[in-house]
Amino acid sequence: MKELIRAEHLSYAYPSDEDGVPAHQALKDVSFTINEGEFVAILGHNGSGKSTLAKLLCMVLEADEGSLYIGGKKMTGDSVSDEDIYSARRDVGMVFQNPDNQLVATIVEEDVAFGCENLGVPSEKIRKRVDYALATVGMTKYARHETHRLSGGQKQRIAIAGAIAMKRKCIIFDESTAMLDPAGRKEVMGTIARLNREENLTVIHITHYMNEATMADRVIVMSDGGIIMDGTPGEVFNRATELWDANLDVPQTTELLWKLKEAGYDVKTDIFDPCECAAEIVRVLKK
Amino acid sequence: MAEIQIKDLSYIYGKGTPYEMKALDNVNITFGDNMITGLIGHTGSGKSTLVHMLNGLLRPDSGQVILGGKDIWADPKKISSVRFRVGLVMQYPEYQLFDETVKKDIAFGPKNMGMKPEEIEKAVSEAVKFAGLRPELIEKSPFDLSGGQKRRAALAGVMAMKPEVLVLDEPAAGLDPGARREILSRIRDYQRESGTSVIIVSHSMEDMAMYCDRVVVMSHGTPVMEGTPAEVFSRADELFSVGLDVPEVTKVARALKECGVDIGLDIYTVKFALGRLLGGGEI
Amino acid sequence: MKNSVAFGQYCEGKSFLHKMDPRWKLVLAVFYIVVIFLCKNIFTFALVALSAIGLVALSEINPKIIIRSLKPLVMIICVTAIINIFWLKGETLLFSFGPISVYLEGIINAFLIVVRVILLVSVTTLMLTYTTTPIALTDGLEQLLAPLAKIKLPVHEFSMMMTIALRFIPTLLEETEKIMNAQRARGADFSTGSLKQRAKALVPILIPLFISAFRRAEELAIAMECRCYTGGEGRTRMNVLHSSYRDLVGLIVTVLLCLAVVLINKFAPGYRISM
Repeated sequence: MKELIRAEHLSYAYPSDEDGVPAHQALKDVSFTINEGEFVAILGHNGSGKSTLAKLLCMVLEADEGSLYIGGKKMTGDSVSDEDIYSARRDVGMVFQNPDNQLVATIVEEDVAFGCENLGVPSEKIRKRVDYALATVGMTKYARHETHRLSGGQKQRIAIAGAIAMKRKCIIFDESTAMLDPAGRKEVMGTIARLNREENLTVIHITHYMNEATMADRVIVMSDGGIIMDGTPGEVFNRATELWDANLDVPQTTELLWKLKEAGYDVKTDIFDPCECAAEIVRVLKK
Repeated sequence: MAEIQIKDLSYIYGKGTPYEMKALDNVNITFGDNMITGLIGHTGSGKSTLVHMLNGLLRPDSGQVILGGKDIWADPKKISSVRFRVGLVMQYPEYQLFDETVKKDIAFGPKNMGMKPEEIEKAVSEAVKFAGLRPELIEKSPFDLSGGQKRRAALAGVMAMKPEVLVLDEPAAGLDPGARREILSRIRDYQRESGTSVIIVSHSMEDMAMYCDRVVVMSHGTPVMEGTPAEVFSRADELFSVGLDVPEVTKVARALKECGVDIGLDIYTVKFALGRLLGGGEI
Repeated sequence: MKNSVAFGQYCEGKSFLHKMDPRWKLVLAVFYIVVIFLCKNIFTFALVALSAIGLVALSEINPKIIIRSLKPLVMIICVTAIINIFWLKGETLLFSFGPISVYLEGIINAFLIVVRVILLVSVTTLMLTYTTTPIALTDGLEQLLAPLAKIKLPVHEFSMMMTIALRFIPTLLEETEKIMNAQRARGADFSTGSLKQRAKALVPILIPLFISAFRRAEELAIAMECRCYTGGEGRTRMNVLHSSYRDLVGLIVTVLLCLAVVLINKFAPGYRISM
């Protein structure tokens, strides 16, 4: 597997401002590597540094300390040129929490084209890429619609299409499902999972929804600016008490199995599917 | 403190334009006194329109909203007094904060009601307590608070009006699980202590199951189910058919039944399931 | 939904007029306005009105929609008509009543001015808003003004601002309604009281609205940066504007119309409009 993003001891503090708001250390000594094609979920309470990390990875913010490599190229330090930053931004994009505040154009296809236009892609090629991207997220029918009349889930899919059209290798979803209703969430998560599977898109998904995290290959848990857990969903949710301490939650299936275990039953606790969970309970009850 | 009765209520958006849409279709529900009622439904099911009806922000095309035995539109000039009796906390209420200090902002509603200064003082400090806002924060600018604190300040702003009915639209949206639990249990404690009737609109089946005494399910502009969480969530197939979900643990109970272990389908919290599984215990 | 009626004036279509190049539409619309002002007598007005009806047919837009768009103008039309009828002095006195005298010329003049206003509004909305998307319009404007960028005028920035403004108008309207409802639920009253009280009542709306607009602007700026936006330089466009035979036809017809108007003005008799 090819490495896409490598963070080594990243730290970042928001500077104090003139009104006397003190400096805030948002990230402390964060290190990890993300390979191409991985689907990583990041969990953490509000203010745990998730969004700051996302901004560092998109190079909207620059780390105070530590180094960041994207596609093997160093992105921190004095030797980084503007070209390096632009080329990294071309590879790693972001879909934001509020779907309204990232769409630039009034017409769907114009918005999907925006990124390609910025890259200077020739017109005919943009057309092809936009059509392809819209088809990939299942929004071809809406190409000429006005963006502000779409549902939240559709807006987020348009934002994803924009990144696909730019041929990005990695999309960071910064709580992109937080403002959506269950139907919208399902539609966006379905799209993300499919792109990860079929287009080998690297996905970094920041979320508060535990069941979304169970869809990932790997879960990183952040608390107070640092990484406290990093592993498969099974490994992470198995540490339920630590998660509760970090103001987080575990899926109800895990919680139920966990409590059964506490009551003295010998059950596996890393199960998220309700049917599998039932099967596990039946297995122990029969003993 | 008061129940709200909805009688034969209908409402059409954009009447007479090409965009005409029936949002509420002959709705009859009673939101009970002194309890938490959960209102669920997919987007466009009419629940937001219904919420705007409860405190007179929208006027029904036909039918009545009866608060404490009286039609709220009996005298349209007095509709603003209904807005004090039915407090509404909108989605993402932190975006409505505007005053110099948190305290002044919370006092906005009581002031509009014409309360006396010492009454306002008392109402504000009570609301601050109910919302779980640290007292030292109330002299700060609302814009210097964190996201969760802002949410609580906005909540306190409505609680300070001492409404007889408190309606909350997605009170926990966008919060992390810890903050979610915190704000919802604050609301429950407030209900238990003050006796206010509380109506919560939410998409989260898990939250509804945990915190509501009754649940009303809306679909296509009419209520399609009503009952205790156990009654409603045991009818999972009907919920699925109107585009809704059930808590994960209810799904486990259904799967268990299929495997031949029947602990009942009226399971809606982990605690409850555990009690049934381990025998005796809960309920 | 409400907002869409007020702002989304663009009517989807594939007509001759829809397919014209927005740059030419802008130029021709200006040309057309000049022609309308050149009209001096009833014959020229009749000719231009006929051509406007032809335009409606070319746009394939329901004439009812165009008539509806004139509704907000009723007041202006009435006032100009009345002023002209009662104030303009002419030769043929129709009747007088005390200090008020009405002349035939006044009535004709009022009629022609009303026709002029209606023509101006319907032709420009037809060519520019009903058959051209706002984005095509800003694109067209940007390209027409492109030469000005050479003298360091921020043409691209201006057009980007227009695009973003158009995109966010409906969003901010929605937001305003939400905030108003939220404050109303806390007992705010926007419709009664003295002027001063009402102005004060707006504070709880304006402050959250401004804060939210700034927050949106900040987020949008970050989003645009993430999408590799670095200004106008080196940008390409998906939709390149192409002129076609339609634009040539449009140009020829407009030039002919202009010539006809000038000639008829010169040789045809009849009452001449003043104003």
